[in-house]
Amino acid sequence: MNSYNRVVLMVFIITVFTVFVGRLFYIQVIDSSYIEAARNNAIKKLIIRPARGSLIDRKGKLMVINRPFFDIKFVPKNLPLEFDSLTFCRLMDLEPDYFTKRMAELRKQVGYSAYRPQIFISQLSVEEYAKVQEGLYHFPQFYAEKTYTRNYPYGSGGQIFGYLGEINQDQLDKDASQYYNPGDYVGITGIEKEYEERLRGVKGISYQYFDVKGRPQGRYKDGAEDVAAKAGENLQTSLDIELQTYAEKLMTNKIGSVVAIDPSTGEVLCFVSAPTFDPNKLVGRNRGKTFAALAKDPLKPLFNRPIKGASYPPGSTFKAINGLIGLQQGVIDVHTTFGCYGGYNGAIHVGCHAHRSPVDFEFSIQTSCNAYYCNVFLRLIDRNNQVDRNYKDWYAAVQRFGIGKKTGIDLPGEVKGNLPTAEFYDKVNKGWRWRGATILSLAIGQGELGVSPIQMANYACAIANRGYYFTPHIIRKSPKNKVEKHQTGIQQEYFNYLVDAMEKVIEGGTGTIAKIPGVSMCGKTGTAENPHGEDHSIFIAFAPKDNPKIAIATYVENAGFGATWAAPISSLLIEKYLHDSISRPALEKRMLEGSLLHKYPGYINPNPPATKPGEKGDQPKPTTNDTIKPQAVWPVNRKTLSSTSIAQR
Amino acid sequence: MAGKQENPFKYIDRPTLILMLALVLIGWVAIHAAVYSPQMGGPFNWEHAAGRQAVWILTSVFLFVVLFSMDYRLFEGMASISYILMLGILVATIFLGKEVNGAKAWIQIGPVGLQPGEFAKLATCLMVASYLSSYDVRLENQTTQLISAFIILVPAFLIILSRDTGSALVYASFIFVLQREGLSIIYLVLGLATIAAIVLSILIPAPYLYGSVGVFMLFYVLFSRRKKQATITAITWTGASTAIIYGVQYAFENILQEHQKTRILLLLGKIEDPSGAGYNVNQSLIAIGSGGFLGKGWLNGTQTKFDYVPEQTTDFIFCTIGEEWGFVGSTVLIILFGLLLFRIIHIGERMPTKFGRIYAYGVASIIFFHVLINLGMTMGILPVIGIPLPFISYGGSSLWAFSILMAILLRMDAGMRSTMR
Repeated sequence: MNSYNRVVLMVFIITVFTVFVGRLFYIQVIDSSYIEAARNNAIKKLIIRPARGSLIDRKGKLMVINRPFFDIKFVPKNLPLEFDSLTFCRLMDLEPDYFTKRMAELRKQVGYSAYRPQIFISQLSVEEYAKVQEGLYHFPQFYAEKTYTRNYPYGSGGQIFGYLGEINQDQLDKDASQYYNPGDYVGITGIEKEYEERLRGVKGISYQYFDVKGRPQGRYKDGAEDVAAKAGENLQTSLDIELQTYAEKLMTNKIGSVVAIDPSTGEVLCFVSAPTFDPNKLVGRNRGKTFAALAKDPLKPLFNRPIKGASYPPGSTFKAINGLIGLQQGVIDVHTTFGCYGGYNGAIHVGCHAHRSPVDFEFSIQTSCNAYYCNVFLRLIDRNNQVDRNYKDWYAAVQRFGIGKKTGIDLPGEVKGNLPTAEFYDKVNKGWRWRGATILSLAIGQGELGVSPIQMANYACAIANRGYYFTPHIIRKSPKNKVEKHQTGIQQEYFNYLVDAMEKVIEGGTGTIAKIPGVSMCGKTGTAENPHGEDHSIFIAFAPKDNPKIAIATYVENAGFGATWAAPISSLLIEKYLHDSISRPALEKRMLEGSLLHKYPGYINPNPPATKPGEKGDQPKPTTNDTIKPQAVWPVNRKTLSSTSIAQR
Repeated sequence: MAGKQENPFKYIDRPTLILMLALVLIGWVAIHAAVYSPQMGGPFNWEHAAGRQAVWILTSVFLFVVLFSMDYRLFEGMASISYILMLGILVATIFLGKEVNGAKAWIQIGPVGLQPGEFAKLATCLMVASYLSSYDVRLENQTTQLISAFIILVPAFLIILSRDTGSALVYASFIFVLQREGLSIIYLVLGLATIAAIVLSILIPAPYLYGSVGVFMLFYVLFSRRKKQATITAITWTGASTAIIYGVQYAFENILQEHQKTRILLLLGKIEDPSGAGYNVNQSLIAIGSGGFLGKGWLNGTQTKFDYVPEQTTDFIFCTIGEEWGFVGSTVLIILFGLLLFRIIHIGERMPTKFGRIYAYGVASIIFFHVLINLGMTMGILPVIGIPLPFISYGGSSLWAFSILMAILLRMDAGMRSTMR
């Protein structure tokens, strides 16, 4: 027997074990990649979503809050094999096959694990949850988890606040800061979008152990590396939520906009786009359904008219601008008079209603004389035969009122409207030498002009302040929110003439219907022709005359004269804001109940009623109880513009 | 029976006993850590592997004591009977066995399932020792070699039939026993050469292999001085290589099961699949590798505790040790195994009888092969072959079998030392 026979096995053992120790040294001590791999395996980063900031109105009332909802959850693996889904669905007040359907749905989801909690019913309201709760008691495998969604105690302001929605892939791709994760909710429109970064807060991170089946196994290092979530900022807005709610009520069954601004600060007090919607319906389980219905509505309740409704011609409200520019540029003074006999009769004819003649500046505003402004405009544009230069001067002067450019309000999606440029007219007239008469419709706020309601309200502020305005804004001024002051470049004395004239509009002019007892108020009516049907009813106003507290612009689409709808609605809102009470209940009632829906193309009355209060409300009939003094004769027979006389674009 | 029997416990080999107990305790602690969760309660909970292992440990101690109290001279006589009985059980298992993880290797007796394969090693070990120690048997004899091979390969073959190929591999360890008893070392070298050839056959496509063998032989003949003899040698070797290459490739394609093929290909780096078939090894490496030098500490391992490593109480129990005790702990375990094996060889060499020595070598070889295959698998240097780590892995059959194996060895040692005195 060979001597090495005894040692062979030992040599093998030593060799193999040495190789093992070497291998262990390599994978445990030298190669550190396994440490990272183990971490990735077992430790997951959990995101803690912070509470979103609330919105508060100017008086400190909560307008947008977070309300608890309940998700009914369960871990599929915990269900007994012979789970009686039928009894369960019956007790839970669900369709008998809901369980089967939901399970099929869940299994299809990416990343589904039967060991991980799954949502069985999502976003039950507190009331819905209360109903289910009792049944739930018999099924310990199911449990409720509280989540938060937006809630709007006043049910108004949907257009301003905007809404939240699940982030989409496009937004995720554009998210340079890598803040968002799929499934996060972001502001889609309105303040929610504009102030997303301040409202959302900062997400927290929690590191937790998970086993191979995805079951949580406790915190990593007892939370030493966790980051606490930071709740979103509560933002104070300048809105008066009660005024907002009241304005929305007044605009019920009408299409249009109301924007009220505190002229001394530029703070938006109310901001209505009618028809509107209850923002509470855009949260919770029925969000999708509601949203689809709103999107399909021919009256476009999701369209934010005050900042996007740029096709509105300003109508006669625009005359004040032309008057001011005329005074400033010296083509007229306050004593200059023009004759008006049924309108302007130059190269073209612009009709006007019956009033005394000749007309000076004050009376021209008071009675809204077309002829006067045609003359002013022609003097402005055709002066010295320098049409092009004059038009550019005029253009610049108008733009200083915030027209034809964005006001810079802190809401997303504002449009700049349309203030046609000289180049535009060059192009349209193709080599023809155009002059004042060619574009005469601009004199009375018609033609190509498109002014959004926010621009209109802003313009009212400029008048109220006698020469300047602040950038309109909804979130209150703070170091983070700078507010700019804009000068119109018109001397204050001209404004003083205008303001006096606008007071006369209310006291004894086209807007007497808007007179509020005990309030010195200034206003200007407008009636804008438009290609969509009956004229738009427009009104701008501010009050009190000295130290104005509120400036307002109201548009009611296809409602006729400025004085029929827009002026009374504005007046009620001003009274509500200044006095917090209404002294003219009959007028209020008529405005609240008046419906103009039958006037809108595409509107289908879901339940045609036999009687409809205010149905014939397009022509207000002052009743005997009305507090309006019947001194107003103007609204009745006035027609600003005969559509046949000026070529509409 | 001559002479009065002395108390055998007095002569028990203490170092072996201590090493064995240490390993069993390390195993039990590791099993507890592998399934640990704060909610599970203590380590004696029957619901958990550690609790059940405690029962296996206590019953093993009982078995050990019972066997140790027997007359050591009985074991040699029991060899053939137990071997034949075992073959019968293995055949029965093929037909009556319960299928677990694709292998029909379990027999259900009441509440416990047993793996006859674990005990077959023991019976085979006794049988080999008994045959080789019988009068007039010399391993230089071809008949003896054939009979030995037959004794070893029959149970291995039966185990393959019950689709537990991994366990069958352990029977290859008897080559060390035969080698110790005088079988030429050529066989061991040939065995290793065959493994190398098999690996090459799988790794390299057949035409290249045939080509390189042909070219090699051609050069051998060309540069040889005695052309005639060289040609004969070359033809013989070419034939043999061709047979091996063809045989291996045939076996690989037709005999091995799909999962075994995948495992081998994975190990040889032919395919890569960390989420599929390579998952086990990958997770095992992550667990061990993340342990670092000192480990994460007892019960602090995440990979085994949270089930990332499959079979973490049985075949992959070493992962828990590697993860929680690190390089230091793992090395200590390997050293403990080394010491135990050396001690068993030492016991074997001091045995006065051939039977005793052969049996001891059998025990050492079986344990060595288990450690080799199991640790090699968890460290990713050998294919995934599901066999337990002796004394450490969870499982009644395995622990019982190794306890009996050791009890018989220590009893014989104690008995002979007591009578020699």
